[in-house]
Amino acid sequence: MRHISVEPPPFFHRGPSPLTRLAFFGLLSLALLFADTRYRYLENIRHVVAILIYPLQRAVQLPGEALTYVGTYFSSQRTLADDNAALKQQLLAEAPAVQGYPLLEQENARLRTLLAAEKRFRAAAIAAEVLYSGRDPFTQKLFVDKGETAGVVPGEAVIDEVGVVGQVTRVFPSLSEVTLVTDKDHAVPVRVERSGVRSVMYGAGTGRLPELRFLSPNAEIQAGDKLVTSGIDGTYPAGLAVAQVVSVERETGQMFARVTCRPLAGVEKSSIVLILGQAAAFAPRPEEPGDADAPRKGRGRRRPG
Amino acid sequence: MPQLTAFAPARPEEILLPVKPWFVVLTLVIGLLGNLLPLSGAALAIRPDFLALVLLYWCIREPRLISVGIAWCLGLLMDVADATVLGQHALAYAVLAYAAEYFRRRVLRFPLWQQAAQVAVLLLLCAGLVLLVRVMGGAPLPRWTYAVGPLTGALLWPAVTVLLQWPQRPPPSPAER
Repeated sequence: MRHISVEPPPFFHRGPSPLTRLAFFGLLSLALLFADTRYRYLENIRHVVAILIYPLQRAVQLPGEALTYVGTYFSSQRTLADDNAALKQQLLAEAPAVQGYPLLEQENARLRTLLAAEKRFRAAAIAAEVLYSGRDPFTQKLFVDKGETAGVVPGEAVIDEVGVVGQVTRVFPSLSEVTLVTDKDHAVPVRVERSGVRSVMYGAGTGRLPELRFLSPNAEIQAGDKLVTSGIDGTYPAGLAVAQVVSVERETGQMFARVTCRPLAGVEKSSIVLILGQAAAFAPRPEEPGDADAPRKGRGRRRPG
Repeated sequence: MPQLTAFAPARPEEILLPVKPWFVVLTLVIGLLGNLLPLSGAALAIRPDFLALVLLYWCIREPRLISVGIAWCLGLLMDVADATVLGQHALAYAVLAYAAEYFRRRVLRFPLWQQAAQVAVLLLLCAGLVLLVRVMGGAPLPRWTYAVGPLTGALLWPAVTVLLQWPQRPPPSPAER
């Protein structure tokens, strides 16, 4: 299939050969890959490009949003009445707990002053809508519709009505990226609600259940136990439900028990989430001699990507 | 049937009109929009990389207009849109564009469905490169459904070809009518 367009004679200059171009851009990509995985120099570039493509991202959302809007507009009165009744029931069921709460809080505050313990931090939370789940098949991420302009800060915990969903890892002007607790090696410091055993839950990646690592075989834990955040990392406030233990394998000859758990929150399903304000600033970590400029590791935070 | 010929692929001997640059840009933007669709679950798993598909078409048909450099820039856009490591799509698209340029004469020789088979190989190469970069970076291996996207992309190749060459078809000559 030929074209009518006039081809210049081959001795005319056509710029560098394709192979030269490939070598140039290939090396540039490798440099970018290296710089982005090892350091965070490129966040500015990312921000600028993100602003450029934001209108496109919103434009693509519009048809779906319009459909949902039309759908809710025509939802039958029956459904709404049923929903209303169910919600009233739920409100009633939760009333005792809520009414008792101020009393408990006062008591707790008094006991804490007696103990001279630090105040428990309660910050304002931001409700956000899930725009879309991440398209990268290698990571577990969500994008929500609140960003820098709404006051979201990287590192904040994200929960839904049942428990912890994940953590804000990157903030753009009007959307932010949430890394889910099921993302590979995403760590959440947890405590077994029943026995108080502390551990860290590590995500295992797409399609696999998170696990607790380095628990000794005789640890007080059994299938069905509920895991809540322990709050010792300063990222997740204490006491949020995280997961339920699915299986505990204690093999003789193994150093550690194999504990898998299932996240309680609708980690991949919930459509509205709550971004919790940053916990009270912890005292700065004492500098370790000879290790002053080493990157901070662990503490439930990890480099996204 | 004269009204249906517009939707049949151009015959090899047919001479196409020169492409308008704005049409190339428009189709690339539509490809990008296709990649930005908020899909999840099964739809996401079978979704082809629309941008790579459109890019591949233009790299094969118009190598002097669209080549490695533009492919690289579009890859960078995809990296930001998907919040992946900067450079992974850029590298994959640049290699895809180069491979398209290298194989273009061979690909164009074949009928559409045989072209699709070759396109499948190119798209799998592109996806495999992304996989390599991510696994070297410490990511877990994805499930086998990872290979479904490139294959659906190859299945769409005949449709993409017919759609994208449609504005370049010359009006039927009086002799044919």
